[in-house]
Amino acid sequence: MSATSTNGAVAAKKSGSFSLIKVLLEGRAFFALIAIILAFSSMSPNYASVGNFLIMANHVAIFGLLAIGMLLVILNGGIDLSVGSVLGLSGVFAGWLMQGVEVGNVIIYPPVWAVVVLTLCVGATVGVVNGILVAVFKVPAFVATLGSLYVARGIGLLMTNGLTYNNLSGDPSLGNTGFDWLGFNRLASVPIGVIIFAVIAVATAMLLTRSAFGRWLYASGGNERAAQLSGVPVKRVQVIVYMLSGVCASVAGLVLSSQLTSAGPTAGTTYELTAIAAVVIGGAALTGGRGTVLGTVLGAFVIGFLSDGLVIIGVSAYWQTVFTGAVIVLAVLLNSIQYGGTRRS
Amino acid sequence: MRLPIHEETPTETPDIAEVVLAARHVTKSFGAVRALKGVNFDVHRGHVTTLFGENGAGKSTLMKILSGVQKPTTGEIILDGQPVELGSTTEAQELGICIIHQELSLAPNLTVRDNIFMGREIRGRFGVDYAEEERQVRKLMEELEEDIDPLAKVEDLRLGQQQIVEIARALSVDARILIMDEPTSALSAAEVEVLFKVIHDLKAKGVSIVYISHHLEEALTITDHAVVLRDGTMTAYAPRAEIDLEWIVRNMVGENFDLGSPPEGYDFGAPALTVKGLSVPSHTDGELAVDAMDLDVKAGEIVCIYGLMGAGRTELLECAAGRIKPVAGSVELHGQDVSKLSISDRIQSGLVLVPEDRQRDGLVQTMTVGRNLSLASIQNFTRGLFTSRKEEAVIVEDSIRDVTVKTDGPEAMIGSLSGGNQQKVVIGKMLVTDPSVIMLDEPSRGIDIGAKAEVFRILAERAREGLAVVYTTSEVSECLSIAHRIIVMRRGKISAEFSHDTTKEAIMAASGESLVH
Repeated sequence: MSATSTNGAVAAKKSGSFSLIKVLLEGRAFFALIAIILAFSSMSPNYASVGNFLIMANHVAIFGLLAIGMLLVILNGGIDLSVGSVLGLSGVFAGWLMQGVEVGNVIIYPPVWAVVVLTLCVGATVGVVNGILVAVFKVPAFVATLGSLYVARGIGLLMTNGLTYNNLSGDPSLGNTGFDWLGFNRLASVPIGVIIFAVIAVATAMLLTRSAFGRWLYASGGNERAAQLSGVPVKRVQVIVYMLSGVCASVAGLVLSSQLTSAGPTAGTTYELTAIAAVVIGGAALTGGRGTVLGTVLGAFVIGFLSDGLVIIGVSAYWQTVFTGAVIVLAVLLNSIQYGGTRRS
Repeated sequence: MRLPIHEETPTETPDIAEVVLAARHVTKSFGAVRALKGVNFDVHRGHVTTLFGENGAGKSTLMKILSGVQKPTTGEIILDGQPVELGSTTEAQELGICIIHQELSLAPNLTVRDNIFMGREIRGRFGVDYAEEERQVRKLMEELEEDIDPLAKVEDLRLGQQQIVEIARALSVDARILIMDEPTSALSAAEVEVLFKVIHDLKAKGVSIVYISHHLEEALTITDHAVVLRDGTMTAYAPRAEIDLEWIVRNMVGENFDLGSPPEGYDFGAPALTVKGLSVPSHTDGELAVDAMDLDVKAGEIVCIYGLMGAGRTELLECAAGRIKPVAGSVELHGQDVSKLSISDRIQSGLVLVPEDRQRDGLVQTMTVGRNLSLASIQNFTRGLFTSRKEEAVIVEDSIRDVTVKTDGPEAMIGSLSGGNQQKVVIGKMLVTDPSVIMLDEPSRGIDIGAKAEVFRILAERAREGLAVVYTTSEVSECLSIAHRIIVMRRGKISAEFSHDTTKEAIMAASGESLVH
């Protein structure tokens, strides 16, 4: 998690002088978040309270989870457009299992842990298919995952006939209660969704900074040919990142449908774009090889705190869209200034 | 060193009657690398002026400056006695200067006609006048005695035919000065003859030609003036009548700089790398890039593979490293067949490759010096799930000292290093894996002579410790440095084998750059 700050320190040391602009540029997602919090706190007394922060964090957790999966794919130089649909499909699949599955004449009600595991398998499967299309069959990532976006969404609609599964709380007599625990319960007053987000973020950060796999991912995203010639199993890395992205989307789908205690086939529509935006605001390069978990998490908070803040001070939903778009463009602009500068020097 | 009888060293102000285009005190730097160090060059009016020099001497850079592709760092270009600024190729073309690049610059998805008129389409009443364009292309092809359909797609043509299209495009703009950078490297003997006929016709029309070729003898049959460039500095100027091949080679290669000698005083070990009957298909056409090749390298031995571009050196090494699959034959490491292993398994068992193009295949530009150095040996400092930062730091520090990389430290970005130091990082990365065989594809490409000598010194030291070294080169002087044995490749086969006491002329003769006396 400290990668950003160390790089910043080195860059500052290298230039021989402490440069304020450089620090602001390196930590832009962090400073943007501070600015957003200060601005909305001054506009609304309700904004800066622990209770509100936790509610907003609960919203952030959903696309934050998607963004972490997306970060892995973007570090590899790819893109995963299917995550929003996988989120929706996962919710529907979990709901379908909770309603009971007819096998022969018997209706089986799987316990909640089995529902969770099976749902994660659905996300992993979609991810592996994406990964194989991209790594083995050389289908451009944009096209391959655009295809899965449609297919996953279509399957979700087919399973429910376009309707929504309500009442996912289960039945004590069937022994499958507890699904709403993910969305409603709190540990030390922190929502479970936020805790899951934090755990996955820390685990991914460890994976990226401390494991051989993380190094392989940065190397193959930075220069695939050089990584391959250095003995990095680039195809395996590629399949795994899409799989992990699918799993992250499934986790997000479970948390969301648990929060709503209902699963609709259209849940998560266009969330993939929010996830990409969070990664980009967090300073990752869409060309691959650059980006950190800390940046992405901050990027997710910037988007979430901005849009919730606009709701709280009563700005219309249309203006929210305009603001979010402006923030994304600004972020990409700063990215190209930062990386353009490194390349020239 | 004998001097040519008549010097043609350019005068400070070019003689307008003799010289159409001139460069004066031209320098060009790319970051820390100085490609040209104050060059004077005359293009003789209505004659062919040939620029000789080894790879990396700065020939292509000079040609790019003369044709407006790049701007000189300092110095000036004088056209007909007037200093000119060439801001772009279009500006150069308007002044009548046209270049045929070494790498083809055609759009493969378009037709021959569209390529020839790309960017200057003939306008008719209803958009582009395709019929007129086609008529002109047919006329050009008749002049060139080539049977190429103007409506054929460029990607469907053979490489030689594509080169002809490139030449036709230059002819179609009525250039006064035509720069040809290695125009024959992809042509067959018959096509070369046609090209030379065209050059004679152009000369008769008063066109001045600048010619670059690695085929020295071929170039001597066509040229009127010879100029030699070495390490960014002009070393000799002379008219054709005064010179021979020996003169060119002597001035090209130089005799002063010592790139080391083969390490001695120990016996070679058992065969480390054995290649048997290896055949590799060419990626451009269906032919074999490597044709049933046999090669044996013993532990502690240094073998140099010399050959021209397209001789199959890169394909041989990439196949041995596991990058491309052979159609026949096997690769053995210490008697064990490794043909079925992946690249990473081959690295684990001690067979490594330092690729030819370090920007494309050697370095990860988004990572630091340290992370590039440790990339191939991550397993060595991974404990359980996680990498050990401490152990990695030790490996990286050792490696930086070992291969003498000049850097601010392991945290510096790889792009901040000079070419020579970047190359040392690529070599160091592979040496860290503790290989028993190292293959280096053109390890000296694009690095200055000091770094070259250091790279060779490092390799010689390792060979003394029992490492088997195979390196390729297209510069004769590098064959006669640390290599115990020199193998010359030509069209995918070994055409000759020499011990280290051979001569430059003998090596060049075997490669196809023949020196006939």
